[in-house]
Amino acid sequence: MERRAFYRNPILPWLLLAPQLILVLVFFYWPTSQALFWAFTLEQPWGGGNTWAGFNNFLSLFGDTRYWATVGRSAFYAIAATVISMGIALTLAMFVDRALKGTRLFQSVFVWPYAIAAPAAGVAFRFIFAPEAGLIGAVNEIWPGIWNPATNGFHALGMVIVCHAWLGIGYNFIFFLAALQMLPKSLSEAGAMDGARPYRRMLDLQLPLIAPTVFFLLIMNLISSFTDSFGLIDVMTEGGPINATEVMVYKLYVDGFKGLDYSGAAAQSIVLMILVIALTFIQFRWVEKRVHYN
Amino acid sequence: MTAITLSGVKKRYLKNPVVHGVDVTIESGEFVVILGPSGCGKSTLLRMIAGLEDITEGTIAIGDTVVNKLEPRERGCAMVFQNYALYPHMSVAQNIGYALKVSGMPRAEREAKVLKVAKSVGLDPYLTRKPGELSGGQRQRVAMARAMVREPKVFLFDEPFSNLDAKLRVAMRAEVRGLHRGLGVTSVFVTHDQTEAMTLADRLIIMNQGVVEQVGKPSEVYHRPASLFVADFIGSPAMNLVRGFFGEDGHFRHGKGGMIHLPTVAPSLVSQEVSIGIRPELVRRVPANTKDAIAAVVDYTEELGAARLIYADADGSRLIAVDHGTDALGTGMPIHLAIDEADLHVFSQDTGRRIELGAAQRAATNSRINA
Amino acid sequence: MIERSPIFDFITYATMILGLVLVLVPFWVTIVAGSQSLQEVSQVPLNLWPSGHLLENIQTAWARADLGPKMINSLIVAVGVTTGKIVLAALSAFAIVFFNFKARMLCFWLIFITLMLPLEVRIVPTYSIAANALLPFQTLLDTFGITSLLEMMSGVRVTLEWNLLNSYTGLILPLVATATGTFLYRQFFMTIPDELVEASKMDGSGPIRFFFEVLLPLSRTNMLALATIMFVSSWNQYLWPLLITTDRANFGTVVMQLKALIPAQNGTPDWNVTMAGALIIMLPPLLVVALMQRWFVRGLISRDK
Repeated sequence: MERRAFYRNPILPWLLLAPQLILVLVFFYWPTSQALFWAFTLEQPWGGGNTWAGFNNFLSLFGDTRYWATVGRSAFYAIAATVISMGIALTLAMFVDRALKGTRLFQSVFVWPYAIAAPAAGVAFRFIFAPEAGLIGAVNEIWPGIWNPATNGFHALGMVIVCHAWLGIGYNFIFFLAALQMLPKSLSEAGAMDGARPYRRMLDLQLPLIAPTVFFLLIMNLISSFTDSFGLIDVMTEGGPINATEVMVYKLYVDGFKGLDYSGAAAQSIVLMILVIALTFIQFRWVEKRVHYN
Repeated sequence: MTAITLSGVKKRYLKNPVVHGVDVTIESGEFVVILGPSGCGKSTLLRMIAGLEDITEGTIAIGDTVVNKLEPRERGCAMVFQNYALYPHMSVAQNIGYALKVSGMPRAEREAKVLKVAKSVGLDPYLTRKPGELSGGQRQRVAMARAMVREPKVFLFDEPFSNLDAKLRVAMRAEVRGLHRGLGVTSVFVTHDQTEAMTLADRLIIMNQGVVEQVGKPSEVYHRPASLFVADFIGSPAMNLVRGFFGEDGHFRHGKGGMIHLPTVAPSLVSQEVSIGIRPELVRRVPANTKDAIAAVVDYTEELGAARLIYADADGSRLIAVDHGTDALGTGMPIHLAIDEADLHVFSQDTGRRIELGAAQRAATNSRINA
Repeated sequence: MIERSPIFDFITYATMILGLVLVLVPFWVTIVAGSQSLQEVSQVPLNLWPSGHLLENIQTAWARADLGPKMINSLIVAVGVTTGKIVLAALSAFAIVFFNFKARMLCFWLIFITLMLPLEVRIVPTYSIAANALLPFQTLLDTFGITSLLEMMSGVRVTLEWNLLNSYTGLILPLVATATGTFLYRQFFMTIPDELVEASKMDGSGPIRFFFEVLLPLSRTNMLALATIMFVSSWNQYLWPLLITTDRANFGTVVMQLKALIPAQNGTPDWNVTMAGALIIMLPPLLVVALMQRWFVRGLISRDK
């Protein structure tokens, strides 16, 4: 891993690094430390500086049942969207990997959702699921009132999750396919010699061997369900009906920028950051193990 | 012309010594091969000459200049790397001419030089190709042309043929040799392949575990190895080395009670722990009743075509003999072997160094070295 | 293929076609609805075949959401972020991989950690910097007493101020300040064999020459990949532009306008206009991905390892 051939120069590397380091300090480290400061202080409503609040911001956050409802909803959202998206992408990648005639066409289309802005997909799916419009809404013609995400929380959450899962197909597909294609061909051939049929080889050989990629994507998907969900929810439901689709990032935004409760939002920010960092660390440990394994 | 002088050269990585102190002078115009097993520090030594590694201790001088503090580009060396290190995005011509471009040579002059060098190694039809479109041998030639075009004071080769197949390797060897004859540039060549080393070198530097074991002409190294390591490392099949000690009765004792009668060698070495060595081609098969014959049992034989190798067991010690007989030899058959005292090498078991014997031995080895 | 298995081949095609339908449905619906008239689009069930009103719907959407200037803004932001990232990341990765200096690993981690926390997660703190990006430096000066020292000496109080609200710099810089690019370059630079560096040293070139004449030409594919990834992700940004631009008329981007295109609760349900608008908004990044697929897939993958 370590290189042997280096340049040595006392100034040049710093000149090269300076722009990036300055940007990172100004837009990352400074604000993040600010958030820590706010999370432990309380801002006076009429100005006049912040007073030290200790863990009060966190305590009031954790004492809030609405916050816990948001956490639970976020977890459900994350798991559901991840499982659906990865399941579809994995299935498609497995079949594309067989490289039958014409596969290239399928392969390039399966990547497309990666290019789409979450809010743009949100608009399309909102129309698809609109109760008054002629697609899913058509069931209301047969059984009036059976589908209405504008009033039914479950419907709304389901609609957002489906859209989120669709958006993730492209990214997941790329990684799954790459992982599958990196497996040596001789492995499948050995399996065939041992009498395993294609679907057996998928389950017994390919799937276990791409387990590290499955895990990597699992974490990436969970993280993206915290981040990409904002645009989707803002366009599709604005958190409604009656908070049924309010996930952590959305609540953070509402409290911080609509409710102007900076201290509370900062505390929520810290919780979210810790969560994301924890997930990333788990992933790093795994990647490390994988390197040793290889 | 340029000699290279290494004095007390040491290299440590962190605290680990890799090269323990090398004192060698490479004469101007000489072709020197550094030979040793992997990890012996030979490449490190070469890279220190090139300026790609710092010198922890000691000095390296190229010509009259101590180069310890000089950048690679200031040392006047050109190098051929193991993996060629061609710039994949540049054409053959650009690869060859890059150093000239860096040094600011005008385009016309540069192109003329590149063309001349490319012609000399037969690359002129490929000048516009990228390295990726060339065969292994062609890439090797580009790497050499790139070194030649600069007309350097010193050529350095870091295992340049290790990625080529056997046949190509032989061809490239001849080409490098021819190149050196034509240009007469001081060259240092690192390899772990002894055939390559023996055929290329004016002189060999044999290294083991960061220490120079022996410096000498190939024939010298073969016929008068300076240490147990060299004796064992050089030659295929390897030299017979038998461990034991000399008794006062003129016999060498080894293995499970084996005795070899060596009346002229024994007296000076009584009861020292030594290894005696003899090249397999100097072990003779003799009839059973020959005086002082060593009785042995055949383990197995290897057919080489021109001759065969007999692997025999003499009282628990392995002896290999090159045999030109055609009789059937099977495992377990008794045979008798004889050796000439003048062909013997003796190494101290303590220091691993060669122990010089009498005049007869010296005369025998000298005649072989100069043959 | 290893053996012939017609049944499994059939299953393979069937699954892939199903996948194709799944992936294409939203695109198809967008195109179909975007090409229909208000009357057609309000039909239940919807006719799933395009009609002839696409151009006029696009014109209506274009005017309603003021997409002309917004497109230009989006383009400025996407191109700005992409170029900024490609240049800065190449420089910093070059320093981290090819130079040996004491703080090398520290710098690497300082940059690398930013990968962990996407902008959305730290949106509140990042927003705080928007009103004055130079605040950190002001604080430094204040804490170390330099401000008062200068005030005493010159009588002028130093106040550093740089408001990022409603500006292209505000839209662009925070998006450049992440490690994606640095990391991508680093992964690639690590695969450059040591011998290549050494050969160029032997040929007499220094670090800067090596960077421009060897490293950059070799990085072309990776730069294209990074460009694709960055273009798509910055074009698709939603939350940050929403916060940093209060002056939407002048600094809004197209993706922000999507919401304005959605029919109001009790207004005319002219989804045809909405979908036509959505179509042109999603088109630029889709074209970039479709055209650059080969390179960008390779780049995205190498980020993993």
